[in-house]
Amino acid sequence: MPATAFEVHDMTVAYHRRPVLWDIDFTLPEGKLVGIVGPNGAGKTTLIKAALGLVPLASGKVEIYGKSYAEQRHMVGYVPQRESVDWDFPVTVRDVVLMGTYGKLGWFRRPGRAEREVADRCLEQVGMTALANRQIRQLSGGQQQRVFLARALAQDAQVYFFDEPFSGVDAATEAAIVKLLQSLRASGKTVLLVHHDIQTVREYFDYVILLNMRLIACGPVDTTFTNENLQKTYGGRLTILDEAAEAMRQREPNR
Amino acid sequence: MLTGAATNVACALIGCFLVLRRMSMMGDALSHAVLPGLVVAFLISGSTGILPLFLGAAVVGLLTTFLTQSLHQYARVPSDASMGVVFTTMFAIGVVLVKKYVSGLHFDIACVYEGSLELVPFADTIAGLPRPLFTTLIVLIVNLAVLIVLWKEFKISSFDGNLATTMGFSSTAIHYLLMTLVAVTAVASFEAVGSILVVAMLIVPAATAHLLCDRLAVMVAISAGVGIAASILGYWAAYYFDTNIAGMMTVAVGVLYALAVLFSPRYGICSTLVRNFQMSLRVFREDLLAMLYRVEELDASKSLTATEARIALGSGWLARLAISNLIRAGGIGKEGDQLQLTVQGRSDARQLVRSHRLWETYLVEHLGMPLDHVHEPANRIEHFIDEKLRQELDAELEEKSQDPHGREIPE
Amino acid sequence: MIGLSLLLGLSLSNKVMIGTAMLGGMAGVVGSFAVLRGRSLVGDMLAHAALPGIGLAFLIMGSRSMLGLSIGALASGLLAIATVTVIVRWTRTKEDAAIGIVLSTFFGFGVVLLSIVQKPEIGGNKAGLDSYLFGEPGNMLTGDLYVLAVVGTLVLLAVGLLFKEFKLVCFDTDFAQSQGWPTLQLDLLMMASLALVTIVGLPIVGVILMAAMIILPAATARFWTNRLHLMLLLAAAFGVAAGPLGTYLGRGLPAGASIVLTAASFFVLSVLFAPRRGVVAKIVSEYQLRRRISHEHLLRSLYELSESELPTIPRLPLLSIHEHRHWNSLEKLLNLEVEAGTIERSEQTVKLTPLGLRRATELTKAHRLWEMYLVQFAGIAPDHVDRDADDIEHLLPESLVLQLEQQLANEGRLPLLIPEVPLSLHDLGTEKPSRES
Repeated sequence: MPATAFEVHDMTVAYHRRPVLWDIDFTLPEGKLVGIVGPNGAGKTTLIKAALGLVPLASGKVEIYGKSYAEQRHMVGYVPQRESVDWDFPVTVRDVVLMGTYGKLGWFRRPGRAEREVADRCLEQVGMTALANRQIRQLSGGQQQRVFLARALAQDAQVYFFDEPFSGVDAATEAAIVKLLQSLRASGKTVLLVHHDIQTVREYFDYVILLNMRLIACGPVDTTFTNENLQKTYGGRLTILDEAAEAMRQREPNR
Repeated sequence: MLTGAATNVACALIGCFLVLRRMSMMGDALSHAVLPGLVVAFLISGSTGILPLFLGAAVVGLLTTFLTQSLHQYARVPSDASMGVVFTTMFAIGVVLVKKYVSGLHFDIACVYEGSLELVPFADTIAGLPRPLFTTLIVLIVNLAVLIVLWKEFKISSFDGNLATTMGFSSTAIHYLLMTLVAVTAVASFEAVGSILVVAMLIVPAATAHLLCDRLAVMVAISAGVGIAASILGYWAAYYFDTNIAGMMTVAVGVLYALAVLFSPRYGICSTLVRNFQMSLRVFREDLLAMLYRVEELDASKSLTATEARIALGSGWLARLAISNLIRAGGIGKEGDQLQLTVQGRSDARQLVRSHRLWETYLVEHLGMPLDHVHEPANRIEHFIDEKLRQELDAELEEKSQDPHGREIPE
Repeated sequence: MIGLSLLLGLSLSNKVMIGTAMLGGMAGVVGSFAVLRGRSLVGDMLAHAALPGIGLAFLIMGSRSMLGLSIGALASGLLAIATVTVIVRWTRTKEDAAIGIVLSTFFGFGVVLLSIVQKPEIGGNKAGLDSYLFGEPGNMLTGDLYVLAVVGTLVLLAVGLLFKEFKLVCFDTDFAQSQGWPTLQLDLLMMASLALVTIVGLPIVGVILMAAMIILPAATARFWTNRLHLMLLLAAAFGVAAGPLGTYLGRGLPAGASIVLTAASFFVLSVLFAPRRGVVAKIVSEYQLRRRISHEHLLRSLYELSESELPTIPRLPLLSIHEHRHWNSLEKLLNLEVEAGTIERSEQTVKLTPLGLRRATELTKAHRLWEMYLVQFAGIAPDHVDRDADDIEHLLPESLVLQLEQQLANEGRLPLLIPEVPLSLHDLGTEKPSRES
């Protein structure tokens, strides 16, 4: 029985008091590729952000290798959505990748030779060595995604969270990312990945989390990624859940 | 004071659209950027006639808007920075021009800044009205007329610019028109009230009105009202303290805004706090009712003492308040120290427990959640489930009579 | 410190030069972060909001000392930031309106206070109070220089020590937070240094123009570099240059305004002439791009017209080229190709040279591969930025390129390189325009 890498316990997340995730509860073993699948507005990104402490939890808790996120931060790597940053920012590809090492560096220390070597190695892994000194705006969508990937690699984490790494990416990059994910798994890392394309779920993942405001199912792809479960996930929102959320929002005062 | 009021209303009218379009700072930018336009108009026409001033303002207003947008679009300067660059530079040009070519009361920079209603030259009259009053009245009428004529265009382009453009009202054109109006209004108000009051009156009344209502027409009306109120209050206060009138009007409108922030019935901080308090009180009361109901359910002869109930609710003054509150409302009776549900209280409690158990059943049956995970969420949601939702849940669950723990769902 | 004490003996104009230079330098540094963070107008707000603090400080102390007034200004500036935060957090008023509200009402209150201060009953030396509104570098005292120097050192120290942290927070706040950095506190520190610089700068350039000092050098520097540390250095340099230069050029004019106009002219020059980001550079590269595209079109058309008769290179009548597709200025294009040695032409005919054929073949092949790729994988690669057809072989995995080539060959459309033309594409020496768009 492999160790438990990531556990979510009774988590509810609300934006402006309107719950967007209801009582999520699951456990993931170490060393798996996990797809988070669900329709738009199902709370996939919110799940990741809540796990990383970027949005507050209304209730419940999140554990990484049995301890709270705050204690295990150094074991976590994060790839945000590509649109979340200003790609016109004056930094080069290598600068961005170096940011992955900042967490381990701590206060005041500047990245030195060792960190640069790490960064270069990560860039090589994603096939971007040639572009290391480019400004990030001059990259294509797929290349930008690879930069983020390299940054996550530089974090040297145990559990990785990827927010839609395949959105707006060309076939070559998608293939490269998948290969990289597999090598991460081979070295015992756990990877959670928000994913849109149901077609490829079976091909890419070991585990799947089916999400639509609440947890539909979580488990190995073979047993979990069934038609019945998909129907439940994509069969529209449950109107009652929606109505209850709306009732909570209206009765509770706005901020 | 009339001049002040007219200015304020003129500003407050168009300010609504600035605030709604999230371009409030454009008001600040334009009111400063028109300075060189004024000076040039003055230099060319050799007079401070109204027409050249307005023309100058309109030209500079358009120019500022255009430059700001092009810098943003073509040179990729962030939009706020491009605004900042353009208006400060324009202002600096204005300051230099004033120093170099103009001297005299009309273009005292200090006046431009602070405004000095006291100094409004009342001897100078047009059509029987003091000049500044005349100009501001004209601007007020123009603004009002444009708003009335183009009401729906303004409304739709502020709400959804792309939609407006696809419907054939170019939102760019509306944008430029609005900016021109702002520039002209700023100029008209310049000599009387100073640029800073213009900025305040463009933004603050509109923001105040936005806190108080949800409809555009009402918002514009309230905004104008706030403008007038501010001018009266400000004038009176300035007279009382013997200080700068424009400054005092700004302070007055700021105070009005602060009042709205605190006491607006729907969006105010106080009402939010009150509602928060009422909400938590209600949660406590309902928890108490449900608790008494459950105790009765287990053993009809049993009841809780007030102390037990208080401890079970988590003590605290809110719990105490909830208990006395319920007793007074007739939900529970108190015999000695024992708490008993009244008839009314029992029926309320039954509905709550029903909500709770319906929800638990729903979670287990429809969301497939494990039994030991449903109590907590149901406890939270039970306070928000009304009769309609209960019926829906009931229908969805095919009128089950037992919750997943095997307890009865009360009717 | 020895250098500083020398300042005591400096003449007034030297003091002004040094003071404005120091101010410009630090404004450039803190301004860079503000501009990148989308907070350009916060400087403007701070400058306005400082006024009531100045008025109150004067009322309390009864004299003008830069330190005292600055502390008052700082206090009301920080209060202003807090107010904006509260408004945005607790009400439905949006951030832009909140900034405007705080800016104008604080300033209005400041004006009221100043008009009270100006009354004759209230004593004290009021000279120089006005400079907070409009800026008067001439009023600078030696003590003011010390204040500037201390603030400058503090700010530079903070930025120097926390460069990495600031960079991270500015670029990707969420990521920084997920790594455990206290993003809120770092953000506040950036704001505080902005506030400090704004406030010491007020008496020198005045309220409005202080906002300009924050934004202009930073926005100017952004045109010249794509590296953050270079941007900071450049912004500081532009700021340092604008101060003394503006003071010097604008003798007889309001000093604040002339400093700002100097900074603004740096900006305008950069907008026009900066390499790559500047307007001129963009027009040039646009022109080159268009030329390159029409060059490729021409060679491809020639290849397609010659294709049926290869490997003999046919002589093509000019008319057939005209008919092949629409050209804007074919004569000019043909002349350029003749110069490049890719075609030979007579009055009415055109013929590819061996070199031209090789290039045309390469281009056509790349183009067809790309076309095929887009047709087959369009769903996956709609937003591909690097559309340059000649990159395709580097962009796509080798296996995919081979597969596409095979398909083209099956359709009989794979352009084959003729081996007896040994020239490499890279020896041609023709321009390879930059890919900047």
